[in-house]
Amino acid sequence: MPEINEQAEAQTSGGGTTTAATGGKKHIIVDPITRIEGHLRIEAVIDENNKIVDAWSSSTMFRGIETILKGRDPRDCGLMAMRICGVCTGTHYQRSIEAVEDAFGITIPKNARIVRNLIQGSLYLHDHLVHFYHLHALDFVDVVAATKADPAKTAEEAAKWAHVAGVEPYIGSAGDFKMIQDRIVKFVKEGRLGIFGNGYWGNPHYKLTPEQNLIGVAHYLKALDIQREMSKMHAIFGGKSPHPQSIVVGGVTCVQDIKNPARIALFKELLTLSRDFVKRAYLPDIYMAGTMYADEATDGSATFHASDHKGAMGKAVGGTGGGILSYMSYGDFRLDDTGFYNSELLFPSGLVLDGDISKVHEVDPNKITEDVTHSWYKGSGAPEHPYDGTTIPEYTGLEKKEDGYAYLKTDEKYSWIKSPLYDGKKVEVGPLARMVVGYVKGDKRIKKYVDNFLTRANLPITVLFSTVGRTAARAIETELMSDVMLEWVDELAANAASGDLSTWTEFDFDTVAADTKGMGLAEAPRGSLGHWVKIKDGKVTNYQAVVPSTWNAGPRGPNGEVGAYEAAVIGTVVADPQQPLEIIRTVHSFDPCIACAVHVVDTKGKELATYKVDPTCAF
Amino acid sequence: MGMDKQESVKKLFTAQSAKVDTNRGDAYYEALYAKCQERLDALKKLTPLNNRRDFMTTIEDEGLERRDFLKWASATTAMLMLPASFTPLVAEAATLMNRVPVIWIELSDCAGNSEALLRSDGPKIDEIILDIISLEFHETLQAASGHQAEKQMEEAMEHFKGKYLLFVEGAVPLGMDGQFGTIGAKGETFVDHLHRAAEGAAAVVAVGSCATYGGIPAAAPNPTDAVGVMDVVKGKPIINIPACPANPSNMVGVILHFVLTGSIPELDSLLRPKFAFGYRIHDNCERRAHFDAGEYVEEWGDEGAKNNFCLYKMGCKGPMTFNNCSIIRYNEGVNWPIGVGRGCIGCSEPDFWDKYAYERPMANANIKAPTGGVEKTVDQFGLGLLTAAGIGIGIHAAASAIAGKKEHEKEEA
Repeated sequence: MPEINEQAEAQTSGGGTTTAATGGKKHIIVDPITRIEGHLRIEAVIDENNKIVDAWSSSTMFRGIETILKGRDPRDCGLMAMRICGVCTGTHYQRSIEAVEDAFGITIPKNARIVRNLIQGSLYLHDHLVHFYHLHALDFVDVVAATKADPAKTAEEAAKWAHVAGVEPYIGSAGDFKMIQDRIVKFVKEGRLGIFGNGYWGNPHYKLTPEQNLIGVAHYLKALDIQREMSKMHAIFGGKSPHPQSIVVGGVTCVQDIKNPARIALFKELLTLSRDFVKRAYLPDIYMAGTMYADEATDGSATFHASDHKGAMGKAVGGTGGGILSYMSYGDFRLDDTGFYNSELLFPSGLVLDGDISKVHEVDPNKITEDVTHSWYKGSGAPEHPYDGTTIPEYTGLEKKEDGYAYLKTDEKYSWIKSPLYDGKKVEVGPLARMVVGYVKGDKRIKKYVDNFLTRANLPITVLFSTVGRTAARAIETELMSDVMLEWVDELAANAASGDLSTWTEFDFDTVAADTKGMGLAEAPRGSLGHWVKIKDGKVTNYQAVVPSTWNAGPRGPNGEVGAYEAAVIGTVVADPQQPLEIIRTVHSFDPCIACAVHVVDTKGKELATYKVDPTCAF
Repeated sequence: MGMDKQESVKKLFTAQSAKVDTNRGDAYYEALYAKCQERLDALKKLTPLNNRRDFMTTIEDEGLERRDFLKWASATTAMLMLPASFTPLVAEAATLMNRVPVIWIELSDCAGNSEALLRSDGPKIDEIILDIISLEFHETLQAASGHQAEKQMEEAMEHFKGKYLLFVEGAVPLGMDGQFGTIGAKGETFVDHLHRAAEGAAAVVAVGSCATYGGIPAAAPNPTDAVGVMDVVKGKPIINIPACPANPSNMVGVILHFVLTGSIPELDSLLRPKFAFGYRIHDNCERRAHFDAGEYVEEWGDEGAKNNFCLYKMGCKGPMTFNNCSIIRYNEGVNWPIGVGRGCIGCSEPDFWDKYAYERPMANANIKAPTGGVEKTVDQFGLGLLTAAGIGIGIHAAASAIAGKKEHEKEEA
């Protein structure tokens, strides 16, 4: 039994914002949100029925990488921009390079295009797998409850869900499950729980049977091995993982890995092994969790409703964790060599708005703006386009109360993340958005994978618009990616064998970098990612990234538009206010990457020097 | 510079390595061996913190033979710059690692080092060891959030007071009274969080370039006044494991060394373990023969690139960089930045973003200080502007100047 946390007790009765003062409402602070990249805080207000009636998302870290990029050589920005994030590592790298290539008007050779797809594809596999098992699964899987499982029944259960997926189970024998269980039993009984310590074990909102929990734990451990193999794929053409190094403006550097059939064979071998785990463990687990949590996924009463929140949408077509129900994808993974924004794409671009899955709207990059009404930056009064964004940090802090806790000033500024808008609207991005946009747009490949999943799971399409749906969409995408990458690696091998070893497009730097601007709009594992760069006399004069977690984790918009995390959490019922299990489950379903989401664009950030710390504080 | 530029470059890059002398003499090793043995005997008497089963059984379950394990132990012994006779002790230390509690905190970071830890390269066994050490707090991996997470950390700090290793990932922002980063329900600043966690630590390990020297947040113009751990924490043993991200084999090496000897490994003037940072990339580079032969890649994807020629002219900073990546590589040895044809960006050296991380050789970099913030780093920055002929002097000057400065600061503090 987890101990009751006295701090939390004081916390939940401590009051907080305007809403917290009334009736039986309680104010919850969850900080740190763990099992994510970066520093994130969620505050929520729950009513007397333990239903979340309001929520705020805040990032509590600021580094200023875009400020650092100004004045640099545009060819060097990719490596620095990559350090925005070590989890979706390499994705900022490529977007930055592509923004510069767009500015320079460069089209990269075929080999470079395929290699970049393989590097990004490896990242998708690694990122999605690690997210599900190591960052998210413990929101569904009760590790301690797995100790009560019957190993023989566990084997039957594993077979059952594998068969739903149309495969044989990855771990199939009672003996194997017994061995893993023994390890867990001993771990729980005798030792300190380490990273599993102080978890929410025993919470009634864990819905899997002991046998199902044991399957989850077994795959959690096995996935630690598999992700390492996936990272090797990333390193074959990337040089190392995390933070690969082989992409340059104009192409890639790894020509000797491309021309070496042994390297391509190794890549294919690792891909085959990874794909096997995806199909025989990851997918079956999603069918299992999806089915066991299907009630809440289709519970329309737990959905965020527009009437309570000015400016938001709200057709209750989904369930718990559904959120704002507007989705955007810039599109990504070029499938031919016709040029930067003209190629056919694996993931099509588009917008599906207000839960209306009858039509897709085209994305117009000019309609993207960022607002800072609730962000710790000074604004010019209106949301601005990334090319011209000027932002000055203006930290107004948290409100320390008598109970000793520091609360977000939610009526004012409360996050280092800005609030991006598309045509004045909040949208959600990520694997779910990509699958929804592709599906509604009628993309044959995406439709096939999504329909296959829903048919096998025997669930309606509305199940996707929920916490569970977001998690399922990521798994569907992983399977799709693991299949299509096999085609790409063969395409690369065939092209190299034909004698084409071109990996770089030459350009005259002084000419192309004289006065230009460009953008790299594409899809990171977590969703739509854009880098915008302005260049003059060979140097960067302005740089901005609007990243997936900015779209999803951003605070309220200028007219109170509720952010995607905030909306997704609202409406959820928590079993025990002292255990934020349901909150972190929904927030995790977005796969937060908060270091990415925080940035600033203007050198006026140097004004912060006025806050310079007293030297005596620095020891 | 009177000397011919080409000649002086040649002289510098073909000079004897600045590698540390690894042989400390028989007497030293005999004493160390006895000390290690004593330490391991003492550790064996302690109750395991965390381990749920016999270590060798765990290894065998993971499909590893004892032979593989000993092979790993032997390679690790060599990596730690110890004589082969220490192999059985290293193997034993590995089985006892579960007794070392580790608290891992994240400040102004990108989680790249946590990700590197997950990928734990070198033999597969690294992962098992890391699964088995008592990882008491690690935001990216731990189950609990919010108050439960904070309580977990407080409880571990109390329970293992004076005994845990504190790993720090990310820089420490000092600007605006430290408020560029806060954590926990009370909104504790990163710098306060670090002080609190460091207080009861046996030693503090700064992992990755941000935690060691400030890294990317500290690149000019350093908008948040970010610094490394060693600029903030005083009065504790500090070990720096730089690189972006740090090689997980070096993280494991430090833990192993601590278990084995109860002390931190021998460090260089930048507080980096010599076992990992006593090598210059250039001296062990697989493309070194092409350098000596004057065979260079002249532009990306050219004939030289197809034949693995030297990357110096494409901006490789291997000659200025101390790290063991040319020996152990990354991701189980699958590849490394020079292997993939890009070259080294000097990521284990201080201020490398401002001094080394560009696509041109230093001599024709024509780099200028990026916007603002030049004044306070002007002495270090000046080094980056030296021509190739002055590089050798520059490196040594930088190392000794920084080391001297640190000593000076310590005396004052």
